[in-house]
Amino acid sequence: MAFEYAPAPESRSIVDIKASYGLFIDGDFVDGHGSSFKTINPATEETLAEIAEASDADVDLAVKAARRAFRGWSRMSGKERAKYLFRIARIIQERGRELAVLESIDNGKPIKESRDVDVPIVAAHFFYYAGWADKLEHAGLGANPQPLGVAGQVIPWNFPLLMLAWKIAPALACGNTVVLKPAETTPLTALLFAEICQQADLPPGVVNIVTGAGSTGQALVGHSDVDKVAFTGSTGVGKAIARAIAGTDKKATLELGGKAANIVFDDAPIDQAIEGIVGGIFFNQGHVCCAGSRLLVQESVADEVLSRLKRRMGTLRVGDPLDKNTDIGAINSREQLDRIRELAGIGEEEGAERWAPECDLPSSGFWFPPTIFTGVTQAHRIAREEVFGPVLSVLTFRTPAEAVEKANNTPYGLSAGVWTEKGSLILHMANELRAGVVWANTFNKFDPASPFGGYKESGYGREGGRQGLAAYLKAEEA
Amino acid sequence: MARIDVRKTYKLYIGGAFPRSESGHSYEVTDSLGKFVANAALASRKDVRDAVVAARKAFGGWSARTAYNRGQVLYRIAEVMEDRRPQFEEAVKQSEGGTAAAARAQVDAAVDRLVWYAGWADKLAQVVGNANPVAGPFFNHSAPEPTGLVGVLAPQSSSLLGLVSVVAPVVVTGNTAVVVSSYDRPLPAVTFAEVLATSDVPGGVINILTGDAAALGPWLAAHMDVNAIDLAGVAGSTELATSLEVAAADNLKRVRRAPAAEPDWSADPGIGAMTAFVETKTVWHPIGI
Repeated sequence: MAFEYAPAPESRSIVDIKASYGLFIDGDFVDGHGSSFKTINPATEETLAEIAEASDADVDLAVKAARRAFRGWSRMSGKERAKYLFRIARIIQERGRELAVLESIDNGKPIKESRDVDVPIVAAHFFYYAGWADKLEHAGLGANPQPLGVAGQVIPWNFPLLMLAWKIAPALACGNTVVLKPAETTPLTALLFAEICQQADLPPGVVNIVTGAGSTGQALVGHSDVDKVAFTGSTGVGKAIARAIAGTDKKATLELGGKAANIVFDDAPIDQAIEGIVGGIFFNQGHVCCAGSRLLVQESVADEVLSRLKRRMGTLRVGDPLDKNTDIGAINSREQLDRIRELAGIGEEEGAERWAPECDLPSSGFWFPPTIFTGVTQAHRIAREEVFGPVLSVLTFRTPAEAVEKANNTPYGLSAGVWTEKGSLILHMANELRAGVVWANTFNKFDPASPFGGYKESGYGREGGRQGLAAYLKAEEA
Repeated sequence: MARIDVRKTYKLYIGGAFPRSESGHSYEVTDSLGKFVANAALASRKDVRDAVVAARKAFGGWSARTAYNRGQVLYRIAEVMEDRRPQFEEAVKQSEGGTAAAARAQVDAAVDRLVWYAGWADKLAQVVGNANPVAGPFFNHSAPEPTGLVGVLAPQSSSLLGLVSVVAPVVVTGNTAVVVSSYDRPLPAVTFAEVLATSDVPGGVINILTGDAAALGPWLAAHMDVNAIDLAGVAGSTELATSLEVAAADNLKRVRRAPAAEPDWSADPGIGAMTAFVETKTVWHPIGI
């Protein structure tokens, strides 16, 4: 049954995108010394703005500014630092609609997600860590814990502003200063955040934003005066960073890839499980490192779950990210679309059965319909590799032990889901699953108070909660 | 006529058994004055692989034990060590030189450290775990879990206290360990292995290889079934430590970096050696009717 919906677009008049943007260094927007690149709207392929690409020299200037600012910022009382963070949190709330629209335009994610998930959690993150700034002696590192210094932070394009908040809020609360590089395809909300820092009268140099691609990130991570590296992105780049900082004193937090199992037992609350499966893999176009990209369903209910899942997928609306009714927006870039198409093609070649509901995709922009593969084995590449798109691999199991075995049979270990009404089975599975976050009878929930991060090749360190704070502190030296 | 000594050739400790090195090699161990004491097995790459297999096999059972039980097992090691104090004192004095009093103090400290770590087994989760007050109707809870299989390059100088100080914090939280002993001072580690074999530690939980950290470290650091590595044994060897960190990045091992110089192991250890090898797991569940 298909419902027709009239278009309900969110107005983009609230955002004012400039023709070009410089770098944000030492409290001001400055011209870079490198070349520039364009950021586009992935739903239309229209060019949004020209962005400066920070050169090694620009990165050096930014790190120097952060170092200069560190002295004052780290010595400021936590109570005062907190007030800056509270200010920022408030401004984010006040400018929430503007941030949400800008995020959807630059990233392609549906406005209902940027509006109802990304931006509120961004504000919550700043509120949460603001409150920590004057309570650091309770963080578990002794009476007078110290900030690490200058943090070099590199973030991905899937949750541009949210990842910025995960990085910047705890760093600043602890008295560190930061140089942050947003992803090259989604720099705009980070640059708007720079304006918010100005609006909050944050001291110059405490936050510096350098836009660019991989080489800018490399220069930042490799800079000799950076004390802490925080990275969210691919496992491949995470390993390169771990090699690059070998033999140094730099501390690192790495949030990398995942291939989460979402496990549905035969006694699961099926309606809720279907919503959890859909949210687990199609939320944010599947551009989620903790996405539930492997559905493990108990054999006895596999047919029922699949038929209900397909019916539900038929109601998902793919299209204009700014339309308030849109469930699935645009794939973030042509490069990512090519990658998803390639892996989906390999899924078919390797013998899995592909299914997607009929849906009209816009003629311009980057789109991929919500897709499932059945008949998938553990050897298939779509069951092993992170697709980072709206593609679900379905496998079956008979016993809890088999589910554990299959779920853990991956080099990743970021997240997992369990669906059953049996409490003891939930806790058993939660114990057995080698993953940093286990969602039981829910999926893809995030909160600033809740630590997030992976086992094995999903990286190390935690973001969120007290653990996320401790990643930016060290015990006072004797 | 003076009695002729029975000279000893010690073996490795892998999976609860005492095999010779697969390579067939051994090396002469001398005391601090250079006098021959015994032969020790010279562990090879193949021995590292065998030890990793044993440690992986032991991980499921060991990590699933209750924290209380792991504490009991560690305390039992301390009890058995206490019984063998003279042997340990002799081994430490032979290995490190110094006075009998200094050797005795080190043995005391090593036994006490085991007792201290044994007590942590059922407390660490309460100290570093959290109930998380999320903004929604959810139960949300974080607790530490063992990282998995940890490679440990034991300190080169402190042959017993240093060894215990890097091994106990790894296994008390439920990890299993493949340990490379001090090269020049392996005999306290050999005696420690004999203690392990006669206490309640399941085979494979702690595996001890005597040999050269510089030769074995690269295999351990590059092994894809090792989850973490402690580089204490290459303290001060900057180049080697860096290359081991680079190799460890291949599967993103958690690395406890090599210090610039071997630390004073008698200092308060804090909880850092335990928290370096645990993972925080966070579990969510809705609250409702």
